[in-house]
Amino acid sequence: MEDQLNFKATELRLGLPGSSEEHENKKAATSPPIPKNNKRASPDSAAEECSTSSNLIDAPPTKTQVVGWPPIRSYRKNSLQLREAYVKVSVDGAPYLRKIDLKVYNSYPELIKALEKMFNLANINGSDFAPTYEDKDGDWMLVGDVPWNMFVSSCKRLRIMKGSEARGLSTCF
Amino acid sequence: MPKRANSFPEEVLEYVFSFIQTDQDRSSISTVCKSWYEIERWCRRRIFIGNCYAVSPRMLIRRFPDVRSIELKGKPHFADFNLVPEGWGGYVYPWIAAMASAYPWLEEIKLKRMVVTDETLELIAKSFKNMKLLVLSSCEGFSTDGLAAIAANCRNLRELDLHESDVEDLSGHWLSHFPDTYTSLVSLNIACLGSELSFSALERLVARCPNLRSLRLNRSVPLDRLANLLRLAPRLTDLGTGAYSAEWRPDVFAILSRAISGCKELKSLSGFWDVVPSYLPAIYSICPGLTSLNLSYATIQSPALVKLVSQCPNLQRLWVLDYIEDVGLDALAESCKDLRELRVFPSDPFVVEPNVSLTEQGLISVSEGCPKLHSVLYFCRQMSNDALITIARNQPNFTCFRLCIIEPKIPDYLTLQPFDVGFGAIVENCKNLRRLSVSGLLTDQAFDYIGTYGKKLEMLSIAFAGDSDLGLHHILSGCDNLRKLEIRDCPFGDKALLANAAKLETMRSLWMSSCSVSYGACKLLGQRLPRLNVEVIDERGHPESRPENSPVEKLYIYRSVAGPRFDMPGFVWTMDEDSALRVT
Repeated sequence: MEDQLNFKATELRLGLPGSSEEHENKKAATSPPIPKNNKRASPDSAAEECSTSSNLIDAPPTKTQVVGWPPIRSYRKNSLQLREAYVKVSVDGAPYLRKIDLKVYNSYPELIKALEKMFNLANINGSDFAPTYEDKDGDWMLVGDVPWNMFVSSCKRLRIMKGSEARGLSTCF
Repeated sequence: MPKRANSFPEEVLEYVFSFIQTDQDRSSISTVCKSWYEIERWCRRRIFIGNCYAVSPRMLIRRFPDVRSIELKGKPHFADFNLVPEGWGGYVYPWIAAMASAYPWLEEIKLKRMVVTDETLELIAKSFKNMKLLVLSSCEGFSTDGLAAIAANCRNLRELDLHESDVEDLSGHWLSHFPDTYTSLVSLNIACLGSELSFSALERLVARCPNLRSLRLNRSVPLDRLANLLRLAPRLTDLGTGAYSAEWRPDVFAILSRAISGCKELKSLSGFWDVVPSYLPAIYSICPGLTSLNLSYATIQSPALVKLVSQCPNLQRLWVLDYIEDVGLDALAESCKDLRELRVFPSDPFVVEPNVSLTEQGLISVSEGCPKLHSVLYFCRQMSNDALITIARNQPNFTCFRLCIIEPKIPDYLTLQPFDVGFGAIVENCKNLRRLSVSGLLTDQAFDYIGTYGKKLEMLSIAFAGDSDLGLHHILSGCDNLRKLEIRDCPFGDKALLANAAKLETMRSLWMSSCSVSYGACKLLGQRLPRLNVEVIDERGHPESRPENSPVEKLYIYRSVAGPRFDMPGFVWTMDEDSALRVT
């Protein structure tokens, strides 16, 4: 339990301060979800929050998804995402790379969790690591700044940075 | 001496009947008298079967011995939204197998939401030498190997349309199976295929088919190959581009523009995946001639969209993403006075807050500015009763009105009231409304209006709405022309269904999922109405393992003269006369 608390304290969480695991709830509800009024923070206020709170990045919250609602054909849903969302993932110090399909995940926390599992790392968003990605323009970005869907469509590869470089990126904590 | 039913020879009657094409009229002729029935059935060439389980292949062939064109539909509409579990049914093989021997001269096969296998396609390729048209709309179960068989064998094929089917894409080489001697292609829609096509095979195919009028490419065809194809097919009337993106190069742009402007007969455009806005002006030259534009995969913003649609004064159909926003729809209403059909799809339906400024206002603008608008599909995040009333008043000619307010059960954002009066206005004013999809917060009152005024309504879709059985009762007792009713997540149960059981025989089908219909009621319906197939779909195991009054997961009821089907998977049970007595 203690470990979990520590984990949470250093965890890069994507939500408003105080909001918990809503994003991670993927269960298809049989009754309609009650909309939570989690407003997306404007870019300015997000930057301010950066320096004051440990809950860093406000990605627009996605609600619990009900099967088949809204009524959009999967053909259309698939077409609007990437055709292939497989990206290479490298971790500084690891001997080989892995590949993951970004389409499988619905949010940043899910992705981070999966990466931690895949590479057997405790705290990718802690002080020693920083998840970064190369976007369509070839620039290296810190994971978490843009809305999830935008990230999925622009991410070309992932790199989990480690060490001093990574610490530099995490100063927002 | 028996009176003669007619004094014309059969051949004359047959000739007269050949001018009568619609199914309803044909059906009417066949009921006049026995000899007309006989003559009609021998000369009916076109068959439409809206539910493949409503009749059997054997019955079809027995009555109509010489059919040339068949259209079959399989799964219920809600299968489009993943509500019908995998393996439910809709297999077309038995039909093809039966027709292979009975209808060697079959020319057209149109299938929708059916399971088609490679084996089926191979059988089609082998059995029907005169096959001219094959349309597989929202079908699944086959691969490009099956397509290769069609390409290799159907010498007279004019049209191959894979409209939004789920095809196992093994390779792009199937296209090379069209022999060099094959030149009859008129229409090819392969937009749904995932992998790269063999470009050289595609170009050679297009080059040797002088009658090609419709070509819908898949995403893999890059923009810089499009110009070549268009030069080979300048008489195209319908084009679906591949990915509409490339690095900006003025020479590529110039070549593309010239090639597109060479296609002076282009009326319809689609595709536009991954659009790079700087290449859009390449189509400007043919915009004035466009009647149909599908930009529903084009993730471009409102200004670019506005620039485009304002150059299409003859546009009749527009499909677009909500990036167009209210301001874009205002522009559309200004420029496109001939608009008949509008579909606005959501760009990001799973985000809670709106990512674009598209509201009820956009729909108000088009309903006001486009006098011929009769068909609408509109996804939005807010709506008001006032807006709906205004829209209904502006445009009483709607035949199809499908509104999807993205968040279930939300009320009128201005008054916080349900949308009863709003949809009431729609059904009351739009006297020709044939298809309606409702959304947002609705009470039973909304369905009272629909039952009272929706006299011409043929198809109704309801989700997360209503308070009680009364809602369903209003619909079933009021909508005289209802053919298809599909309901999900509504508190409708046994009472309304049992009270209106006879109504179900006048409809094609009823779908209810996540409602409150009990297993006991299903059994009762199945027992009472032998001409209905009452199918319970429940992935939790046999309904007998739960109490009688426990609601079933999903229910699909359809009329049939073929009796219960035999190809059901383990999670579907037919309630028939014996089921009430049967012990598991």
